[in-house]
Amino acid sequence: MTTHETTDAAPCARTVRRPGRLRRHLVTIAGLCTLAYLVLPNVIVLVFSFNKPNGRFNYQWQRFSTDAWTDPCGVADLCGSLGLSLRIAVWATLGATALGTMIAFALARYRFRARSTVNTLIFLPMAMPEVVMAASLATLFLNMGIQFGFWTILIAHIMFCLSFVVTAVKARVMSMDPRLEQAAQDLYATPVQTFLRVTLPIAAPGIAAGALLSFALSFDDFIITNFNAGSTVTFPMFVWGSAQRGTPVQINVIGTAMFLIAVVCVVVGQLAGARRKRS
Amino acid sequence: MTKTASPQSGSGGDVRLRRISKTYGSFTAVHPLDLTVPAGSFFALLGASGCGKTTTLRMIAGLEDPSTGTVELSGEDVTALPPYKRHVNTVFQNYALFPHLDIFENVAFGLRRRGIKSVKKQVEEMLDLVQLGPMARRRPQQLSGGQQQRVAVARALINHPQVLLLDEPLGALDLKLRRQMQLELKRIQTEVGITFVHVTHDQEEAMTMADTVAVMNGGRVEQLGAPADLYENPATTFVANFLGTSNLIEAEVTGVDGDDLLLRAADRALRVPARRCPHAARTGDKLLAGVRPEKMALAHPDDAVPEAHNRLSGRIKDAAFIGVSTQYLLDVPGVGELAVYEQNIARDGRLVPGADVVAHWNGAHTFGLDAAQDISAGADVDEEAA
Repeated sequence: MTTHETTDAAPCARTVRRPGRLRRHLVTIAGLCTLAYLVLPNVIVLVFSFNKPNGRFNYQWQRFSTDAWTDPCGVADLCGSLGLSLRIAVWATLGATALGTMIAFALARYRFRARSTVNTLIFLPMAMPEVVMAASLATLFLNMGIQFGFWTILIAHIMFCLSFVVTAVKARVMSMDPRLEQAAQDLYATPVQTFLRVTLPIAAPGIAAGALLSFALSFDDFIITNFNAGSTVTFPMFVWGSAQRGTPVQINVIGTAMFLIAVVCVVVGQLAGARRKRS
Repeated sequence: MTKTASPQSGSGGDVRLRRISKTYGSFTAVHPLDLTVPAGSFFALLGASGCGKTTTLRMIAGLEDPSTGTVELSGEDVTALPPYKRHVNTVFQNYALFPHLDIFENVAFGLRRRGIKSVKKQVEEMLDLVQLGPMARRRPQQLSGGQQQRVAVARALINHPQVLLLDEPLGALDLKLRRQMQLELKRIQTEVGITFVHVTHDQEEAMTMADTVAVMNGGRVEQLGAPADLYENPATTFVANFLGTSNLIEAEVTGVDGDDLLLRAADRALRVPARRCPHAARTGDKLLAGVRPEKMALAHPDDAVPEAHNRLSGRIKDAAFIGVSTQYLLDVPGVGELAVYEQNIARDGRLVPGADVVAHWNGAHTFGLDAAQDISAGADVDEEAA
């Protein structure tokens, strides 16, 4: 496309006024700058994951080494906290996606007494300062005599992920033509088949977006987790804790790995989408 | 899953509605209605938006529960059956094609839900019937409006329903394509022999395609009959005005002459065949004398007019040349405005706006309507609003 456009536009440009090199590429330059701004921190993390620092802190480049990559669990408790964070993120995603999807359908499809109230309440976790919510949750758990740990973290994570799932799914369900479900029923689909064959596939992009967002939010949440974890240590808490005493290179390794996995997922998704559109 | 009757190719079923009605709170969408659609016929429900035609259709499909009355398909009461157990299929307004499935899977949807495994041959045949074979792997949003419409028809027809319900199926198409699809649908209906029930607000569409038209207004059927019969013998002012254009003239019965009633309107004597009038019309009664604009002719006051013809004198208010005909609007003192459509055969140069003229027509072309109705009912219905 781009090459076509430039060849077509070339004769025109010559007859009018040749814009300066900088002018022509201004948008490209601005785009590259923004991209650099976004990617540079990740690149630093990547580079320093190959560092071999002198002493505890990994803040100055010394020399290249793959030690940390070959032994990512070499630091005490790191992989334990990582495993816990992943487990919490998976369960929080499942819980929030299931509950949030149901709430979204209820809000989008049915008229009930407290509908507008629920609509507002759903936004609250997104609007409220995280520290305030963290503190109130901790107070609640304390008063109820619930022991801090895995379950309190999970409950807290499901709660704040819910609003994001509801928002994403509701937008999708609202924009769905109700006649599609009627058409399915008219074409011999039972209510269950209608839901599985028509409603769910059409709502799927919204549900997937909500789930991905939940996973990311849960995995790197620090503030709410810190208030409600007790003696349990998640990965973000581990990073925070170790930063007081020194930063092991393994943290950079985990960070880089997460970043690369996310990039691969996005690229695969984009390619699949592009192929579907072409066929 | 199991259908009430086994699908049979090429056989339509009849639809019988008995005292069926639908109310939403205090609003009555459809008043108790009796309607029979004979098997294999092309039946149109015609009316303006909000007249209850779509609600009636949806009650046949099972997408609305009737407040009272029953729906029978091929002699079987299906009122209590959900839509997926009725052997009828619907072509929805704006088609409602599944956006996440390609054309092939859209068309195969009904077969697959009925547990039929080998659908390939049937789907390909159906796509050929609607001339969309090469489009099988496209998505609905990649097709034009006319193509989507044909997919919607194919998706319904492949199930060989007893009755095919069409809800404003051509509403979203432009005029030229709509004409083409009218003929196409009529051809398909003749070919497959399935009963078609077609809901539309477009009177021309209804008359072109349907064997029988039911004109609906305010949740009631105003009149039911063959298109030509409805057009020539409207029973109410609504039908007279909604189906084409009618000139309705307020008149008084002055006597009887053989098979004709004699009327007086604006001090002019008019004739109307007694069989085309309400039965009870007697001397002294008020009556609305109706005549279609294309059945009238204009003459210059100096020219001769056939003796037996009804005539009214007036002045040309407006003349619109539209190719096949010229449409005149006359101002007739004591009567009001009259529309006259003259074929463009020999155009009379004296017939220009402002000229005095005589409008005349064969008395046999007049019809009489009960005067106790709104004379302008159905005249100003916004067709595009539906």
